[in-house]
Amino acid sequence: MATFRQSVEVTIPALRRYARSLTRDADLADDLVQDTLVRALRSEHLFHGGDVRSWMYTILTNLNRNRLRSLSRRPPMASIDDNDAPDMSGPEGGGRDIDRALASLVEDQRHALLLVVLEGLSYREVAEVQGVPIGTVMSRLARARVQIKNFLDGGRPALRRVK
Amino acid sequence: MIDRDRPVTEDELHAYVDGELPADRVEAVATWLAANPEAATQVAAWRAQADAIRARYGSVANEPVPERLQLDHIIRASSTSLWSGRSLAAMAAAALIAFVIGGGAGWFAHDATAAAPAGSDKITADAVEAYRLYVVEVRHPVEVPGSERAHLRQWLSKRVGEELRIPDLQSIGLKLVGGRLLPGPTGAAAFYMYEGPSGERFTIYCAKAGGPETALRFKNGERFASFTWVDDKVGYVVSGPADRDRLEAVTKMVYEQVDKGAAKKS
Repeated sequence: MATFRQSVEVTIPALRRYARSLTRDADLADDLVQDTLVRALRSEHLFHGGDVRSWMYTILTNLNRNRLRSLSRRPPMASIDDNDAPDMSGPEGGGRDIDRALASLVEDQRHALLLVVLEGLSYREVAEVQGVPIGTVMSRLARARVQIKNFLDGGRPALRRVK
Repeated sequence: MIDRDRPVTEDELHAYVDGELPADRVEAVATWLAANPEAATQVAAWRAQADAIRARYGSVANEPVPERLQLDHIIRASSTSLWSGRSLAAMAAAALIAFVIGGGAGWFAHDATAAAPAGSDKITADAVEAYRLYVVEVRHPVEVPGSERAHLRQWLSKRVGEELRIPDLQSIGLKLVGGRLLPGPTGAAAFYMYEGPSGERFTIYCAKAGGPETALRFKNGERFASFTWVDDKVGYVVSGPADRDRLEAVTKMVYEQVDKGAAKKS
């Protein structure tokens, strides 16, 4: 049991990073991580071995998807624009562009891209987390990259911030 | 070498960027990129995206973990309610595998005389609608919790007018969350929700079907999928995330238990 908890514990920093990139909001992100941890501890008896890290990413990804579904009926809660909390600011201004670009992605594509690029999961692991074949992961990744490139190349001049 | 001369696909370019390319292809792709500046620009752009994402969020993992996310704190804070399944945190965290499950076959013993409009398509549509509606419901996903299984079974059986079975899916890691009564195409429908370890959600829905018996039919949507069948004038729909293998395993288990119920009756 201690081993299980330790395995869960070591994932927390990475889960916070993943959650932050998904929500782009520090409090929402930690709420998501908290729910993930509660969920994992509560389901310990259902965990039949395997990779705890992938399992944690799976829970968080699913909870985030559920969160987005609930939110989709309401106006957006967290602005990714000028109302960003101060602690959201990256070290350089470029952070906001990548935030907006990420926000423009379809959620499954965002999950896939962030799991690969930020969290360093293999395609196979992402396929397990998302419950889809590897080919689907790759096409999500490809579409995410096209979308981000279009976005950063100025495909949305209306949203570009004028300084 | 054949391998070296093989054309480079876009998938390979992504794999190259993500370090997923087999070692024996890396050099070939690098060589090919040197001769294809347009593709090289694209690859550079993908790398720049990844760098920007890491620059933006990478440092979060180095922050100290806030107290509320420390396991001791979480365990202490929820020690009284964590395993009861009733705390708000637990409910909110509960990722629900929702199965809308019908009861045993021969459910509607009082056979409807009117021509039932409910073919399996209609049932599938109703079930998918119920899935979409309740799968987002984290606070009140069910009317009767799974801890009151006997009551749930009694209640739904009474409302539906037939002895129902609540399949036990523990052996494949799914815990009963509870159930609710729903309107079906021609009468009442029963809906049970199950919960799995990783937050995937499924539903199984069951209602009277006017159409003839059918074989299992698979319907695939973008996010979720369902299996529908009609057995002895009762339609069943098992819905869940678009992971066909998993859904099929779940469906099989439901089918077997529901079928057993029918066998017992006859």
